[in-house]
Amino acid sequence: MVEPLLLFDALLGLAIVALAVAVLTVHDRFAMIVLFIVFGLMSALAWVRLSAPDVALAEAAIGTGLTGALLLTTLHHIRAAPAAPVPVPGGVVVANLGLCALIFGGLAFAFLLTPLQAPGLAPAVAQNMAASGVGHPVTAVLLNFRAYDTLMEVVVLLAAIVAVWMVERGTVQAPAPVLGEIYRGFSRLALPAIVVIGSYLLWVGAQAPGGAFQGGAVLAAVGLLLLLGRLYRPQPAHRPFARAGFVLGTAVFAGVALLVAGGGRLPFEYPAAHAKTLILLIEGMVTISIAVTLAALFHGREPEAVPVSEKSE
Amino acid sequence: MLLDLLALALIAVGAFFFVAGTIGLLRFPDTLCRLHALTKADGLGLGLTCLGVALLAGTAGEVVRIVLIWFFVATSSAVCGHLIARHVRRAANAGGR
Repeated sequence: MVEPLLLFDALLGLAIVALAVAVLTVHDRFAMIVLFIVFGLMSALAWVRLSAPDVALAEAAIGTGLTGALLLTTLHHIRAAPAAPVPVPGGVVVANLGLCALIFGGLAFAFLLTPLQAPGLAPAVAQNMAASGVGHPVTAVLLNFRAYDTLMEVVVLLAAIVAVWMVERGTVQAPAPVLGEIYRGFSRLALPAIVVIGSYLLWVGAQAPGGAFQGGAVLAAVGLLLLLGRLYRPQPAHRPFARAGFVLGTAVFAGVALLVAGGGRLPFEYPAAHAKTLILLIEGMVTISIAVTLAALFHGREPEAVPVSEKSE
Repeated sequence: MLLDLLALALIAVGAFFFVAGTIGLLRFPDTLCRLHALTKADGLGLGLTCLGVALLAGTAGEVVRIVLIWFFVATSSAVCGHLIARHVRRAANAGGR
């Protein structure tokens, strides 16, 4: 029997591959970014078709929305300071090709070695769901069974913003575009809704698709709207608050692990009675950190002591 | 059954407007004309599709969510259209001076 959606899936797969080729071959940078955003949306749709709504949400919010915004703002700054394109040394090209081939080979190796129709770890997760403190398997794996991996992901984000603040200290920034009154009115309308949606995604993650990364990415959009509409301008005096926001998630995550470990248990072996509370505490703090960090990544540089000259509105 | 058919018809008409908007986007000569085709057709296409999906929704909560999605997508696409048109006009003014 032929699946009714087989044609749709085949077209979707073809579209994703075609978009990937187009992203790599098109010469205009702006077109490249727009195609990449469409590629991300199609990938999110593919994740939905693979029954992985958690990954689809993350792909749509982080992989497409925020990454697209980061790429566009980078393009804006590159255009403002046109520099002669530096030819890429041949050695770098060869090294990149080698690394890509290595990753591809590793993935192909892992894929071919995986036995078909194997149950994987799903039964083990299903057996232990009652002890996890949450009702959604993905959240149970991310925040309980494999919490160490998730802690490392939060640390990666922290390292990224530290690097961006260090690197962008000396760079010249293009003035932000003035978007006007209608945009401001729209952001005032959308801001409360985004806050509600982001918090909802965080809360619902305990029982259904959603969670800290998706909620945090949606909340980061609040920062983007505020920055773009100049409803908020980063000031040097705000740096301590920003730094506190960056480390909050990592600190609470690691702190909970250490506290749990101090009571004669393994790190992340939450006491069953408090598992849900601890997981929600970690997720809440990590969400705040993710939102602040992603918004700061979009802003780019550290707020300087000397105000950057801006066009009059 | 009748409700299903009605929903199907609404979604089909909505899809037709999306296709018409896409053709306009591909065929019209300049940015403002393309924007005109896109925002009008997409606005209608989105509204009809949401209406059709809302008829198929099982619970009141789902209907509320669909209405919210319609409201925010419609608002943000109108604002996007405005921003693009504004940028085009400013670029033309800057070029004409």
